[in-house]
Amino acid sequence: MKRIQVIGMGCSKCKKLYEMAEAAAKELKIDYQMEKIDDINKIADMGVMMTPAIAINDEVKISGRLPGMDELKKIISE
Amino acid sequence: MFKPLQMFTDWLVYNLMAMDKSSRLSGAVNFFVFDTIKILILLVLIIYTISIIRTFLSPERVREIILKKSHFSAHLWAAALGIITPFCTCSAIPLFIGFLQSGIPLGVTFSFLVASPMINEVAVIMLLGMFGFKVTAIYILSGYIIAVASGLLIGALDTEHLLKGFDISKRINNTVFGVKITATERSRYAFEYMKGIIKTVWPYVLIGIGIGAFIHGYVPADFLSKYAGADKWYAVPLATLVGIPLYSNAAGVIPLVSALTEKGVSLGTTLSFMMAVTGLSLPEFIILSRVMKLKLLMIFFSTVGVGIMFTGFLFNFLIR
Repeated sequence: MKRIQVIGMGCSKCKKLYEMAEAAAKELKIDYQMEKIDDINKIADMGVMMTPAIAINDEVKISGRLPGMDELKKIISE
Repeated sequence: MFKPLQMFTDWLVYNLMAMDKSSRLSGAVNFFVFDTIKILILLVLIIYTISIIRTFLSPERVREIILKKSHFSAHLWAAALGIITPFCTCSAIPLFIGFLQSGIPLGVTFSFLVASPMINEVAVIMLLGMFGFKVTAIYILSGYIIAVASGLLIGALDTEHLLKGFDISKRINNTVFGVKITATERSRYAFEYMKGIIKTVWPYVLIGIGIGAFIHGYVPADFLSKYAGADKWYAVPLATLVGIPLYSNAAGVIPLVSALTEKGVSLGTTLSFMMAVTGLSLPEFIILSRVMKLKLLMIFFSTVGVGIMFTGFLFNFLIR
């Protein structure tokens, strides 16, 4: 199972990324679990400085920008 | 560069709309059409270009560059990189902690934190479009000096015990992560970013230029000089205070202020006002209260505030 972690402190782009990531996972028909990471220390520990960011199984893939649907699907299915 | 646009505007207003060239209304309409189109063109071109550059300059890269510099030059670099690396208010905390926990001193981090919002691309474009090159250069240089000086001052004070909510002594590795960004993604990001900014600021640009055009056409020249001229001591602090709650509205505020300057508000007062709008932000203040005690926030705000007012007084004194 893949843990899809959306990192951000509640900005509008973070919410958008969360929705997009969930939609992408559904379309890919994979076994997944969504996680929202908004604790400042957890965000710092993951090394993220710019939000929105997305990590798969604790590995940060994108930070500081909202990816397109194609790129998002690619990183989730990898 | 904008001569063809002015010719087009003249044709549109005086020929197509058949307005009387000498009337106040036609002057205001001409001003409005010309400035709106000019600003929108500048916003699209410059923001797209800057966004492309930014995809090559992640905060991890920025951090790496600053970490390699020695004390004083670290401040200079932090403020300079702050100018080209904007962050949204919601990234202020991760960025702040990420800098400190990689070993960048608190004062240097503040130099970055002050420069980044004050000299942001929208403000610079609006200044360039409404005030021209000279005022823009003065603004950037003053903002840069304020950022470096505030950082140096906060660094010299012993303020690390005024941080809260995270462990400053913790060290994280500076890892640059993520999938390699492709050229298509770079360009898509830049386009989306530019679109996002235009979508947020265009109403303010229209309203700001609209009111500015009205003032330009109808308010007599020098009307405001007896209230806000360079010799009025209260103009600078008042302008700074009024600017604080107007955060993020540089797009609407600058055309307005440009018209007011034409009617007698002095340059120093104008500079203070614009810097307070961009550099002193209430939402950022509230967000940062999660990692800073009130005392440090007050030090941060008053240092920048004093710097802004000093700039205002200085230019009011120099240019009378």
